Amino acid sequence: MEKQTYSNPIIRWIDDRLPVFSFMDHEYNQFPMPKNLNYWWNFGALASICLVVLIVTGIVLAMHYTAESTMAFDSVERIMRDVNYGWLIRYIHANGASMFFIVVYIHIFRGLYYGSYKNPRELLWILGVVILLLMMGTAFMGYVLPWGQMSFWGAKVITNLFSAIPIIGEPIVEWLWGGFTVGNPTLNRFYSLHYLLPFVLIGVVGMHVAALHVTGSNNPDGIEMKGPQDSVPFNPYFTAKDSVGMGVFLIVWAGFVFYAPDYLGHPDNYIEANSLVTPPHIVPEWYFLPFYAILRSITFDIWFIEAKLIGVVLMFASILVLFVLPWLDTSKVRSCRYRPTYRWFFWLLVADCIVLGVVGAKSPDDPVLGFEMFKYVHLGMLGTAYYFFHFLILLPLLGKIETPKPLPDSISRSVTGGGGGAAIGATSAKGEKA
Amino acid sequence: MADDHADGTTRREYLYLMTGAVGAVGAASFTWPLIDQMNPAADVLALSSTEVDIGAIKPGQAITVKWRGEPVFIRRRTAKEIAEAESVKVDDLRDPQADKDRVKKSEWLIVRGSCTHLGCVPGNRVSDKKGDFGGWFCQCHGSHYDTSGRIRKGPAPKNLLVPPYAFLSDSRVKIG
Repeated sequence: MEKQTYSNPIIRWIDDRLPVFSFMDHEYNQFPMPKNLNYWWNFGALASICLVVLIVTGIVLAMHYTAESTMAFDSVERIMRDVNYGWLIRYIHANGASMFFIVVYIHIFRGLYYGSYKNPRELLWILGVVILLLMMGTAFMGYVLPWGQMSFWGAKVITNLFSAIPIIGEPIVEWLWGGFTVGNPTLNRFYSLHYLLPFVLIGVVGMHVAALHVTGSNNPDGIEMKGPQDSVPFNPYFTAKDSVGMGVFLIVWAGFVFYAPDYLGHPDNYIEANSLVTPPHIVPEWYFLPFYAILRSITFDIWFIEAKLIGVVLMFASILVLFVLPWLDTSKVRSCRYRPTYRWFFWLLVADCIVLGVVGAKSPDDPVLGFEMFKYVHLGMLGTAYYFFHFLILLPLLGKIETPKPLPDSISRSVTGGGGGAAIGATSAKGEKA
Repeated sequence: MADDHADGTTRREYLYLMTGAVGAVGAASFTWPLIDQMNPAADVLALSSTEVDIGAIKPGQAITVKWRGEPVFIRRRTAKEIAEAESVKVDDLRDPQADKDRVKKSEWLIVRGSCTHLGCVPGNRVSDKKGDFGGWFCQCHGSHYDTSGRIRKGPAPKNLLVPPYAFLSDSRVKIG
């Protein structure tokens, strides 16, 4: 990192001892960004905004919340009714979880479309998958805290998944619960971890960003920057572009908070937890629906392995497969712009995930579109099969058989349509490909 | 060095290994309390039995009682339900178990009210669906249990569990 010389003596004194100003200047002011980034590159910044807002509102909510099973529900109602602006802070926090997931899911699909996980960004991608797993754990435990019916039964069903593990399954579940069912000990430990994990997330996000600043951002063409002519400095270009995206995003978030604060939630969670009555229809929050569909799609034993265990394994595998994605995709070309076949399959995958989400929200035995023979559980089976087909079979094969379109010589040339890229064309005349 | 062994290992290597081993055992033994603290605590374990008056339950009725925070179903079966439960061919069941091994008095069926799939409570009220086999139906994921609480259809792998219990008299039962 190059050190700056600052004219202000106080800044200079600090920077000589702890180069925070040089660091910020290097990483966020001058930092070279590909000049062809589109708005899909906003979503990483938006995700970090979500994390900060969730932590700030969460710390405030913790000042009023009581993590005790006979008082938790009432303490949340008190936040909603009596605490000054408690309703606002809780709605920002609760909807914030949904906003965080939608932003991160778009961020992930952006990475899938433009091949952002490929060499040399594999570790950057893997850290992103770790972030997703931590988010899921944090969101799940946070949803338990209001101690409503969905909180309780969601917690019970999901922790019961571990009972599918042979022999040690039951002891593990009792260990997770701290009792013989979900109860006060469970609530307390979930609260402890729900407070801890966001700070772990900050650490992993820090590594994710550090890794990003080693390789630099991928871009819609999926080719590397070859020189200053391909880049613009982060500030003001992307501080401005990210700010535009942030403005739109905050309007959407505020829209939910002020006009549809419970739209993404479930009314049963305004009924206090009751360990003797299960709600008629247990559904997880929308961001878990595709995984829930995969979990329920296995209704048959395979050899000696119970259906329940297979469902659990597949649900975890659906995320774990992302860890090895950089090595499953054999194509050297990153961006879908130059992968005419993969582009279709990318959109099929998006559709598949949406279908799985719909299946997760329905009762397994309900007929699809009125066809009695074809129930949602069958649609879930197809969706699950396609999901794994995409990653485990299609991606390795497609890289071998697909003929990609020719890549542009440089980012600059693709932006200017050739005119402004004459000088650059000369530097990459040797057919160099990123 | 004088302490070196003939096979080339040195005294220092030996000390490294021993120090590391003692440190690893020490760290591991400190980890166990941190893990075990999450298991059910003594007060939770102490709440492990419940006495119930079953005198008012008529044939065909069932009640739900709370044992260790979880529901237990106590069902006074009708003659028809008992006959159905006893006539099933045990070998055809997913979790083979004869009815007589699941009850102490054939009139009274006492089972834990947690579906063995993912722990939902199957409907136990008169108005709830009883499923294809007249016992219980779990509406979470569609498991059907028969009049002996055995799994007959759906995703659950096991029969409804029978808790430990004893009849204190004709009208009192102690669960746990």
